[in-house]
Amino acid sequence: MGQSQLELEVAEATSVDGLLQRLVSDYPRLGGLARFLMVAVNTEYTTLEQTLQPGDEVAFIPPVSGGCHV
Amino acid sequence: MFKITTEALDPRALEALLVTQEDGAVATFQGVVRIHSRGKVVSYLEYDAYAPMAEKVMAQIAQEVADRWDVRRVGVWHRTGRLEIGETSMVVVVASPHRKEAFEACRYVVDRVKAIVPIWKKEVWEDGESWVEGETLAGQRQAGASAKDAGLS
Repeated sequence: MGQSQLELEVAEATSVDGLLQRLVSDYPRLGGLARFLMVAVNTEYTTLEQTLQPGDEVAFIPPVSGGCHV
Repeated sequence: MFKITTEALDPRALEALLVTQEDGAVATFQGVVRIHSRGKVVSYLEYDAYAPMAEKVMAQIAQEVADRWDVRRVGVWHRTGRLEIGETSMVVVVASPHRKEAFEACRYVVDRVKAIVPIWKKEVWEDGESWVEGETLAGQRQAGASAKDAGLS
């Protein structure tokens, strides 16, 4: 998608999963990665079932690899 | 105590922030950029982070430590941007009255950072580059789930 963040309008009561499905449909290359993503809303880990509220910041987090280089 | 920064990391500075007169043990861990990785010669690494969340998750890991051991002084600094061979990517400091808890908690923090803190590493070699995926892809969702179960959310 070539950007690290974007703003989207979604229908009321959209879930994190609903948003992810929309992104996968807009950016098909995400499809292969989708099942490996962790999700966070407003910088807190959560589940795909969470319902979004106005102004929420949603992060889809690929497998992390911080810490030591081993 | 919990910081994502592009600046070089100084373990002594983090120790100075944490260690009190009550402490008899200080466990300091440094992650250092190594030249060989998965059979290749690494030119340099690039770390990227979702910084506001990373710092928050680091603090939550310190809370997990406090729930498991009688250890209250934990610090984690992680560097982002380009890192050369031999440079320090992460510093973890744990200060406590006794050594056993300091060792155990320090190891726990290092393992948890690798599993759940939103930081990513790209290896750059002479002939290419690749983002490094976590230890077990399938385990990652689980790590997130256990983060939630542990009261991280």
